[in-house]
Amino acid sequence: MTFAGHYAYFVTILLLMVGLFIVIARSNLIKKLIGLGLFQTAVYLLYISPGKLIGGVAPIVGEGFEVYSNPLPHVLILTAIVVGVATLALGLALVVRIKEAYGSIEEEEILGLDADDELKSRDRS
Amino acid sequence: MSGSMALAGILATPLVGLVLVSLSGRWPNLREGITLSTAVVLFAQVLGLYGAVADGARPELVLLPMLPEVSLQLTAEPLGMLFGLIASGLWIISSIYSIGYMRGNQEGNQTRFFVCFAGAIFAAQGIAFAGNMLTLFLFYEAMTLITYPLVTHHGTDHAKKSARIYLGVLMGTSIVFLLTGMLATWVLAGTLDFREGGILAGQVGATGTAVLMALYMFGIGKAALMPFHRWLPAAMVAPTPVSALLHAVAVVKAGVFSVVKVVVYVFGTENLMSLGSADWVPMIAGYTIVAASIVALRADNLKRRLAYSTVSQLSYVTLAATLLAPISIVGAAMHIAVHAVGKITLFFAAGSIYTAAHKTEVSQLDGIGRKMPWTMLAFGVGALSMIGLPPAAGFISKWYILSAAMSAEHWTAVAVLVVSTLLNAGYFLPIVWRAFFREPPASDHHGDAHGHDHHDDHGEAPWPMVLAQTVTASLTIILFIYHEPVLKLARAVAGGD
Amino acid sequence: MLSQHLPILLVVVPLLAAPIIVLLRRSFPSWLVATLASIATLAIALPLLARAVSEGVISYAIGNWPPPLGIEYRVDAANAFVAFIVSLIGVFVMPYCRRGVSSEVRAEEHYLFYAMMMLCLSGLLGILLTGDAFNLFVFLEISSLATYVLIAMGRDRRALVASYQYLLMGTIGATLYVIGIGLLYLQTGTLNLADLAVRLPAMGDPRATLAALAFITVGISLKIALFPLHLWLPNAYAYSPSAVSAFLAATATKVSIYVLMRYFFTIFGETVVFDARYTGVILLALSLAAMFIPAVVAIFQTDVKRLLAYSSVSQIGYITLGISLHSVGGLTAAVAHLFNHALTKGGMFLVLGGVVFRLGGSALDRMAGLGRTMPIASFAFVIGGLSLIGIPGTAGFVSKWYLVTAAMAEGQWWLAGAVMLSSLLAVIYVWRFVEVAYFREPPAGHPPAGEAPLSLLLPALAMIVACVWFGLDASWSGNMARAAAEALAGGWK
Repeated sequence: MTFAGHYAYFVTILLLMVGLFIVIARSNLIKKLIGLGLFQTAVYLLYISPGKLIGGVAPIVGEGFEVYSNPLPHVLILTAIVVGVATLALGLALVVRIKEAYGSIEEEEILGLDADDELKSRDRS
Repeated sequence: MSGSMALAGILATPLVGLVLVSLSGRWPNLREGITLSTAVVLFAQVLGLYGAVADGARPELVLLPMLPEVSLQLTAEPLGMLFGLIASGLWIISSIYSIGYMRGNQEGNQTRFFVCFAGAIFAAQGIAFAGNMLTLFLFYEAMTLITYPLVTHHGTDHAKKSARIYLGVLMGTSIVFLLTGMLATWVLAGTLDFREGGILAGQVGATGTAVLMALYMFGIGKAALMPFHRWLPAAMVAPTPVSALLHAVAVVKAGVFSVVKVVVYVFGTENLMSLGSADWVPMIAGYTIVAASIVALRADNLKRRLAYSTVSQLSYVTLAATLLAPISIVGAAMHIAVHAVGKITLFFAAGSIYTAAHKTEVSQLDGIGRKMPWTMLAFGVGALSMIGLPPAAGFISKWYILSAAMSAEHWTAVAVLVVSTLLNAGYFLPIVWRAFFREPPASDHHGDAHGHDHHDDHGEAPWPMVLAQTVTASLTIILFIYHEPVLKLARAVAGGD
Repeated sequence: MLSQHLPILLVVVPLLAAPIIVLLRRSFPSWLVATLASIATLAIALPLLARAVSEGVISYAIGNWPPPLGIEYRVDAANAFVAFIVSLIGVFVMPYCRRGVSSEVRAEEHYLFYAMMMLCLSGLLGILLTGDAFNLFVFLEISSLATYVLIAMGRDRRALVASYQYLLMGTIGATLYVIGIGLLYLQTGTLNLADLAVRLPAMGDPRATLAALAFITVGISLKIALFPLHLWLPNAYAYSPSAVSAFLAATATKVSIYVLMRYFFTIFGETVVFDARYTGVILLALSLAAMFIPAVVAIFQTDVKRLLAYSSVSQIGYITLGISLHSVGGLTAAVAHLFNHALTKGGMFLVLGGVVFRLGGSALDRMAGLGRTMPIASFAFVIGGLSLIGIPGTAGFVSKWYLVTAAMAEGQWWLAGAVMLSSLLAVIYVWRFVEVAYFREPPAGHPPAGEAPLSLLLPALAMIVACVWFGLDASWSGNMARAAAEALAGGWK
């Protein structure tokens, strides 16, 4: 098939990779979550785009309508969005708690603080 | 029916003893009383089974269905009977001895000691009457673990380091080689039961059998075939009764017992003979005998000398078993029994010397025979047995092994036996000679200058120890004259009656 | 009547317990409800297992919508057995929580803790029973979200970071899984697993199937903590409350392993997964790496909880090794180790929880002299350690027996040596504890001698006893593992 035929897949993969890159490369915990959100959104696209048929309409049985879009992916993705929102909410809540406990949301600083603790406790013992 | 009940009793008795001993830790006299009576009851039970087994009965008992395919199972057969008798009989004597030793030296953790002692005997009985390889392996590993606290008894860094070697070698060989060999046997033969003629007969080719043979021979680390013998001298760090238990009664005997058992019932002597897959084992065993004897010759520490002597003597059994002739199997089985009583005597004597005189080196023993005549007499008998001279029992088994080697025209084995006899004499007789015919060192009389060196005025060791070593020494001589019961069992193993 | 609804009840009982607990709010009633609910799940799982073994596949249509239109729950010996393991562990862990949680979680959060435990349990059981690929994802996320919260409840602030990291990794894993089933859906037009199992072979082996297989394998492997995707696991186990460590170590990764086995053997089928490409070799290589590298790392840990966590990664290698053999024998070994390791590691974490309760920390140095101050606990811990090594008489030996005989039956003799050598590594890390606990003097300022409270000690001991029992008498567990393996390999046709 042509590039145009695979257009949705290319967008999906681009978004996936951008999201994953942010998760891996950013040190800021909030930005990581944004990357994670992008990563998940790309999958919504993967599901929804093939469900749409050119000329298809909403799957409500009526006269004169022959071609319907597949409703199932939408339903599935609705569930997936709910799961995604819950994950994001939990992630953000964790970041808030981390900020309270460490005073930072930069991963490198947090890991540094932990390493310091480790050294101190070893000195004591 | 009654036979399987007896088997259940034999396994249960040391366990009950173990529990009672651990509960009675606060009352030493009661505790020792329990140890002794458990030992006596156990020996009586094993003895009660002797008649039936010698007449050809093979009582069985299924303990637990351990795996869907193989169950934990006990079977009494002649070889196991022999080992069971030795282990339980010598437990009585070494308990008496331990009581004297532990109290005489004011050792700590005596309850733990007696608990683990009972545990080791439990494992030894399990090994002796194991009905299949899986059961044997279970109790074999149990024995390694239960004797670990005995080896580390003193809890010092040195003890810890030695115990690491002990555990590392025994556990390492059993997991990497023995377990692999056992599982391979299961896959190839489809059974792990001990069967006359061997379960591997006709199942595996010559090369495969040789590989399996190597897995078993080196996997049974307790038989101390070189190069996996290091644990034995390392375990010398333990108190002397433990060494006696390890090196004469339970652990090493469990090793060589397993070797004989595997050769006879897993591989089958005729199968091995026709395949020629075990021809290399006598070479390794012969090398171990000679090399260990040479090390023993140069060791000044008495217990170290005894340890290497044990390494060498164990390989007699392995050598005899892998000569594969019926008469050599008789020799192997006999040697298990004979070496047990002889070596335990030697260790008892070493422990007595340590308790009474606090001496550990051979070079310190000048003239000690005058102060401790009973001890050194017992030592002399044990030494004669090791060398294989009449009137000690060692002569009998050596005779069988030697004649087997001769009739098989295995000249290497013959040469090994001759050389090792000379070496044995070379490292045992000087000790006896020193003890009786050399003047005590002059410094003995000036030792009082230190004020507290009161060990110079020692006499004999505490009476339980003297009693124990006298009994085992007498047994060594009695076995020379009257060995029919043992021989009957040994013949049953070899003849496959 | 009720017995027909067992599959859905198994999931619904803990799911309903969660909101009830939130309404109750008080610590003790919450605990009581959670414990009763977990006992109820075991009471449901047992007859379900019995029926699945005797009758074969049980299909349950949710809301009477016939599959593949509606969501189907499909139970056979394999998932019924894993469900039994999960609910059994639940019954061991919940009584322990009462005392264990009181010292590790803030009092006002207790009811949330129990609610999350119930959600986690419900999610795990849902993953096992559901016959729908997308429904499986939803349950996966339910259990994962609950798990993130549970880990974050650990009292060390590092628990928060561990939870956050697990959240990232877990979400990526779950999302990869969704991509995989999306690709399968695009090809076949169905999400019903049994339907997929029928339709996929008919498609031949197009590249989209390969892509789906890759996405699903990697996604689930993240949840399994298959080496080298295990980075989230050590921190998550080390800093979460002890009861949670025990529960997760015994159940969460195991359930994901079941999912992987189900996809490999029932849905894609052996031909697509193993015969057509190098999945078996790759899985074998990763399993071997898992058996050795994390085991070496475990040896150098200074914290016992982390030591156990790395040991878990290494033990997972044994299970995936069984899968990589792709024979019924290998699968039997994998399922048997699933069960045996759940008992062993769960029991060890519970024992350790009691020790931490007394000592206030899980650093190895603190355990000095433990053999004298807490003799029962340290003895139980050593027994568990022996099971990790695979000493006969413990559950671990049974797994090793199955694994090595399966490898030998496949002609892979050298694998036997690899398994044995890696158990020697286990000897070393177990013996580090033994030497510290038995040969060192208790440090100054050490709490006085005494065991953990009975409510902590008894569940832990019960698991260790079970671990020995199923080592001495594995006839039941071995037969179950074989039935499960045959169910997995036989498919749902």
